[in-house]
Amino acid sequence: MRLRTPFPPWTSRGVVSALTLAAVVILNGAVTACGGSTEATGSPGIPPEAMADAIHHVLESDRTVYARHVVNRLQDEEGVIAASEQWEDDRALPLPAQMFRMSAQLTAEKTDRVSYALLSPWPINSRNAPRTEAEEAGLESVAADPSKPFYGTETLGDTEYFTAVYADIAVSPACVTCHNAHADSPRDDFELGDTMGGVVVRIALD
Amino acid sequence: MRSPRPTVLWLLFTLAACAWLGWSLARPRAAVFLPGPSSDGHHQIEAACHLCHTPFAGVAQEACLDCHAEELERAGDSHAAAVFSDPRNAADLAKLDVRLCVTCHMEHQPEITAAMGLTLPRDFCVHCHADIADERPTHMDFAPATCASGGCHNFHDNRNLHQDFLARHGAGGAATFEGSLPTGEAWIAVDLGERAPLSAVDADSPGNAAPELAEAWASSAHAASGIACSDCHGGGADWSDRPRRDVCASCHEAESTGFLAGRHGMRLAADLEPMSPADARLPMRPEAASRTLDCGACHEPHGVDVRVAAVDACLECHADDHSTAYAESPHADAWQAELSGEAAPGSGASCASCHLPRTETRLGGAPRIVVQHNQNDNLRPNEKMLRDVCMNCHSLAFSLDALADRELIRRNFRGQPARHVESVDMVPSLADGP
Repeated sequence: MRLRTPFPPWTSRGVVSALTLAAVVILNGAVTACGGSTEATGSPGIPPEAMADAIHHVLESDRTVYARHVVNRLQDEEGVIAASEQWEDDRALPLPAQMFRMSAQLTAEKTDRVSYALLSPWPINSRNAPRTEAEEAGLESVAADPSKPFYGTETLGDTEYFTAVYADIAVSPACVTCHNAHADSPRDDFELGDTMGGVVVRIALD
Repeated sequence: MRSPRPTVLWLLFTLAACAWLGWSLARPRAAVFLPGPSSDGHHQIEAACHLCHTPFAGVAQEACLDCHAEELERAGDSHAAAVFSDPRNAADLAKLDVRLCVTCHMEHQPEITAAMGLTLPRDFCVHCHADIADERPTHMDFAPATCASGGCHNFHDNRNLHQDFLARHGAGGAATFEGSLPTGEAWIAVDLGERAPLSAVDADSPGNAAPELAEAWASSAHAASGIACSDCHGGGADWSDRPRRDVCASCHEAESTGFLAGRHGMRLAADLEPMSPADARLPMRPEAASRTLDCGACHEPHGVDVRVAAVDACLECHADDHSTAYAESPHADAWQAELSGEAAPGSGASCASCHLPRTETRLGGAPRIVVQHNQNDNLRPNEKMLRDVCMNCHSLAFSLDALADRELIRRNFRGQPARHVESVDMVPSLADGP
């Protein structure tokens, strides 16, 4: 049987589910507007760049809220509960990056029109290294200029995607400390403000 | 008189054959349509084609998930379908579409079916992990076919094998120590309200009931909890000599759910006749062949002595080497010492200690004991039992070695492991020393 945390559900899976639900509602509505409503409304639709930017705003905001008002508050300020990579074993909060990946997985269960991932040229898990040409070019681009997103298109399988990459900046000491100390991290010299990787957003075009 | 034309005979034969096949298909046991023997995991339900097959649509993924989704989620599935739905995995999926169960687990193909129903060559990991030695030089000399065979990795469930777990539990320590398994009465989810304990004079069974049954009930946990005869058998005109399984499940819901998910109850879960030792693929005692499996097969319904269900009930049917070797095993010695009061509660190990373990869970913030009645829940792969069972009394390294030694398992762990699982030695923090 799964061990249950003694803390209310909003502290872990509940938060992930709620944030994911909000994101999916927004994404689904926006993607519909982006792709198919021209005839009904006369609207020209949303350019994929604007769509990807909007999705990224939601993702970034959700993660910031979770990091600031759940993890940072409960772990660092009030000392109520720790955050841990092994959050189930430790009956702890998932790390913000884990929350992000879990919500990406839940979204993948709901739609194949939009996907997102947190990648890095220096990943702790090698599966999160760039794997496509667009991912490689995008991560290189945002590392060189974090203020400017990378946009491109690519065909994966038999589907064409609009792919956007946004810089993922080390905004908290916890990000830097964890990545520098992790046994599987290929880098141990991250500093606050460094670009640690990128958020990749994909939108199916056909 | 002219003989019937060949065409008429052919039509009659065809009609007869169709009628017979149609009649066979409508029967609960449509074995005539089996294209070949099913895997060990599915042979009990192989005659209920509809459980897996959708007419004219093959085997739907949902049919697999109907039975296995909850277990996969609980396992934190390392290769969950949703992970691979991200289009960045398209190149890998073109080689091996791991989103579909049938990619790796085909049925009715015994000639290529390995343990856990795997029907791919055992080196299938190499399709996506061919460059693993670049990332982990310690893996340089390992053959791809050994990834999942050496106690190191599982495709789905790596909760007890991942690097952090090994690092936390793998360093040093005695192979065996004075630990104990969870003890205590199983938790009943149903609120029975305030009930006074009952005694023999409170038995509200019909007058012709056998007195020894009432006597057994009077000394049981049921009587101590205020459960009267009529609570299970029904009162007055509703009295039933043999209460249905639903009656047990009305209080023991978690146990019933586990039972129906395992090899003992999966037929009942599929609305088929109950499993019988006569139909088992494992060796069973001939005298048990005609028995059928429901709650009462292991639990004497009036005495309800769970110690009987923990060993004796198992060995009344099971006759494989592992089972018959139990009596001479160190686990059995410890169990007898516990039963006699010479050793502390939880220090012994019965069959149920490992295969139907008491697990501590937290419901509503309070610790609870739940007995897992799915005997297959922590098997296949057997590393699933490390955390809840083995590591209560043995080190992680010793447990991994023991569970990887098939001959030691056959002897029911009498002796020392002859195998060594190297994964613990490879964890960086352990290899480098403290």
